Amino acid sequence: MVIIEDFLIIVLQVFVPIALAALAGTISERGGMINLGLEGMMLMGAFAGAAGSYFFNNPFVGLLLAMFVGAMMGLLHAFFCIKLKAHQSVMGVGINLFASGLTAVLLKMIWNNEGMSVSVKVLPSVTIPILNKIPIIGVLFDNQSIHLYLTIIIGIVAFIIIYKTKIGLRYRGIGDFPKSVETAGINVAKYKYWSVIISGMIAGIAGSYLSISLNDIFVKDMVAGRGFMGMAANIFGGWNPIGSLIASLIFSIAQAFRFYLTDFKIPNQFIEMLPYIVTLIVLVGAKSKSRSPEALGKE
Amino acid sequence: MENKKKNNSIKIFFKKLPLQDILSSFLAILLAFLVGSFIIYFMDYSPIKAFSALFKGAFGDQRAIFNTIAMSIPLMFTGLAVAVGQQGGMLNIGAEGQLYIGAMGFVIFTLLFPNLPKIIMLPIGFFIGMLCGGLWGAIPGLLKAKKGINEVIVCIMLNYIATLFTSYLVNGPFKGEGMEAHTNPIPASAQINRYTSDSLLGNTIVIALITIVLIYIFLWKTNIGYKIRTVGKNRTAAEAAGINVTFIIILTMFICGAMSSLAGITEISGNIGRFRESFSPSYGFTGIAVSILGRNHPIAIIFTALLFGMLNAGSMYMSMTTSISTNITIVIQSLVIIFVAAPKLFSLIKTGKRVNI
Repeated sequence: MVIIEDFLIIVLQVFVPIALAALAGTISERGGMINLGLEGMMLMGAFAGAAGSYFFNNPFVGLLLAMFVGAMMGLLHAFFCIKLKAHQSVMGVGINLFASGLTAVLLKMIWNNEGMSVSVKVLPSVTIPILNKIPIIGVLFDNQSIHLYLTIIIGIVAFIIIYKTKIGLRYRGIGDFPKSVETAGINVAKYKYWSVIISGMIAGIAGSYLSISLNDIFVKDMVAGRGFMGMAANIFGGWNPIGSLIASLIFSIAQAFRFYLTDFKIPNQFIEMLPYIVTLIVLVGAKSKSRSPEALGKE
Repeated sequence: MENKKKNNSIKIFFKKLPLQDILSSFLAILLAFLVGSFIIYFMDYSPIKAFSALFKGAFGDQRAIFNTIAMSIPLMFTGLAVAVGQQGGMLNIGAEGQLYIGAMGFVIFTLLFPNLPKIIMLPIGFFIGMLCGGLWGAIPGLLKAKKGINEVIVCIMLNYIATLFTSYLVNGPFKGEGMEAHTNPIPASAQINRYTSDSLLGNTIVIALITIVLIYIFLWKTNIGYKIRTVGKNRTAAEAAGINVTFIIILTMFICGAMSSLAGITEISGNIGRFRESFSPSYGFTGIAVSILGRNHPIAIIFTALLFGMLNAGSMYMSMTTSISTNITIVIQSLVIIFVAAPKLFSLIKTGKRVNI
């Protein structure tokens, strides 16, 4: 039992940032906007989280700041892509590079260190009484990060909005046939702006998980591909919030195994490679089944 | 008659690289430096002092100029690797991984056959390195052409795998003497000479310039080059015209990979002299900026690579003389990408219209 519980704890730690990134990707891509800058937006969120917690000595300010910074990055992405007709993927690459450079510059400026910040206050973890006594799945409710609950809530709310409301219907239409939705008198750009802003905000939350929940520190380039893995989970999940959550869970189970492979004489590098190889295999396997929004990446 | 033809080709050249593009690229650079200045200013630093240190580090004396040119060579190759992909309609974000795999192929070959004379060693070594990088680059092409998988995500995953795999090789089977994670030095016959002993510039610049011209000729004067550009412009139309799109996409990415490898191979053959773990300061990603700023045109890439080489060479001196992080150049490079990626930015500024979101 303890082994399974330990395993679940690791799975959840890997799950939260990837799932949030996958949801951020879904929300942006359903509206037809590729958000390749997720990685950078997460990094900015991680930095803002640590900086907010450091300067105000309050991790909740860090979380809010991470959301704000993420949203601003989303606004920047949306403005350049929609108003200035920037190439969406290229813009994403630009944002990732920008975030990597700017956070490193600010890191040196604030903490006078090229590699990492000082240790900051972390968000308190949540224990839900009674439920935490359930065997095995009790770990879900015992001493867990606020971010885990945020992830599940965001996933469910996004699912309901996208599939069960009028706004969601229009929004899905925009991802597939923006021209016809526009003909119906709907302000397509406004929807797109909000989807990318919210996507950025969620990416910010995802980043803050790394710096003020899982760790108590900001490390240079600490997102380390989780944003891209989230994008892959979004594709695997068929551009569906619940699908994204399930895909992220499968990814994190595959990743969690790597902690148990250290006993065998496999070189460390191959174990570290595992998540990326799994992502590739999943992409090759998943593509035939799901369909991307028709107008993805087009204006 | 001959003269007229020449005139015509110059005209065509400028048609492919319109003045407006050159102008807006310049504006993007200016704007990036301007925003960079603001960031430096907000960090309580004098942008003038910072940038004068940057320029001194890049152009201060002959050695600095030589180093600036030398540091732009890998960027010419990775820029080319992105440009060829863009001409074929693909964003090659995998140059970083292709570079490592290609360089590793070259190094392993030279270490296995150390006694070959230079005249055989260099061509075969380069060929093997380019083949390794090319095949690595062809993977995202294959998956895109056959399965329709977005090449960007595949490239990113392959970058991580390549970095980790080469890290395994230099820590394991090919670990050289000493504590560091690197291979043994490559034999002297695999090295390309430098012009002076105190700077990095050598004959690799000649290889770079020849390659760029060859790629230009290949893309614009050959049948396959024409097909690559057609697929890049409109895949469906290319298919309708009877072009084997699958083959062209894979070939394009193969060439991208081979070009990226040259960045790593020349860096090792001309400068480092061995494969060292993570020797590339993300040349692959900077290549994207180089290519986009040069509008994916091989000849223009020479100049944009020089600009970025200057930033890299100068930033080291800047961080030695001030306490600004060298990463400020990454910020400036990213701003260049962002400003160049947005074609409407400058027409917006020019017309002076109020921007309503």
